[in-house]
Amino acid sequence: MKLVIKTVTKPGSTRANKTGAWRSFMPVFDHKLCSKCGICAIYCPEGVVYKLENGFFEPDYEYCKGCGICANECPKKAIKMVLEGK
Amino acid sequence: MITIKELPDENLFTAGHTACPGCGVAMSIRNAIRVLGKDTSVYVPASCAVVFGTTFPYGAWKVPFFHTAFENTGACITGMQAAFEKKGKKVTAVGFAGDGGTYDIGLQSMSGAAERNEDVIYICLDNEAYMNTGIQRSGGTPFGAWTTTTPVGTKVQGNRRFKKNLGEIVAAHEIPYYATLSIGHPLDFIRKVEKAKNIKGFRFLHMFTPCIPGWKMDPAKTVEVTKRAVESGMWTLYEVENGEKKITFKPGKMKSVRDYLMMQGRFRHMSDEDIKKLQMWVCKKWNLHYKEKGAPEVCEIVPPEEHHAVTEEHREMHGP
Repeated sequence: MKLVIKTVTKPGSTRANKTGAWRSFMPVFDHKLCSKCGICAIYCPEGVVYKLENGFFEPDYEYCKGCGICANECPKKAIKMVLEGK
Repeated sequence: MITIKELPDENLFTAGHTACPGCGVAMSIRNAIRVLGKDTSVYVPASCAVVFGTTFPYGAWKVPFFHTAFENTGACITGMQAAFEKKGKKVTAVGFAGDGGTYDIGLQSMSGAAERNEDVIYICLDNEAYMNTGIQRSGGTPFGAWTTTTPVGTKVQGNRRFKKNLGEIVAAHEIPYYATLSIGHPLDFIRKVEKAKNIKGFRFLHMFTPCIPGWKMDPAKTVEVTKRAVESGMWTLYEVENGEKKITFKPGKMKSVRDYLMMQGRFRHMSDEDIKKLQMWVCKKWNLHYKEKGAPEVCEIVPPEEHHAVTEEHREMHGP
């Protein structure tokens, strides 16, 4: 009998799996209200809220699952959840 | 001490994993591994973290990852650390076990590793039931909670046993470091993980991680529910360093446990009598942890308050 051992050899290869399609509400970031605290980036379970060069934050919509934690926790209420496709 | 802004930007647990939206486990793992850094080797027993982190043929981890059986987290990380030491590599073996794999199934293995004082980090991701296999009761399930093995009927409603005090069990091994963490308090979270990283010996980090389908709640409330758990006394943030216990975060006034319970579908059936019973247990726990010597016992409760939803549409979608 031939023994086949299957392993995952490429690190971080789940990036091929675009989870953005799961989303029904998308977070929209308002830079006018933002105080650049970075709470959204630390609470994101996917780790897809990135810091831009100007210090503001934006999510990567290819992977964002639309859970709404960032909008719920934002101390300045600078993030709104908007229905997808509107 | 490392601050939030100094945390490395690179994700060692990448996006594209298949955790539920708003998963507390994914959030804890991601932030913990960011602090622990690249020189880490991860072991995960059977749990959600295996299923969503390494969905074949993909892998979300950027650090070496290993998975075998359910009950041997303590033994596996011991062996990994021994191999690294033999090869002269400076790597920390970290085990991410669930509450089932720590409270019930993996207890003997964890206890063995703690008693031998192995130089490893053991992380318990406590979501208070066996969520991966479909929400069965574990030793960590609190009183009154609905699970598929503690259903809500006419005679018995939910779990009848109180949550096991794992902290006392682990600390009784006289290990160098035991700490409880919550994702709702990121500064405390980062400080404790970093502290554990720099200590030698068996370190146990106990993380409180809400589960969206198991707790039947709105995915946006993961962090809020954690904060409420700490404020109501259901979860306590403390650390035990070489036998010395220290409270790291003391909430101002004790909030009603009803406030915490009504956010979650698994507690919504609870009768006033059961809530009172749980409140008494919480008061006892609160006095045990927070009461100073000589001070009178307290059970003062701030009345429950109204919750706010994210948007109107969000409320329509996910319920109140």
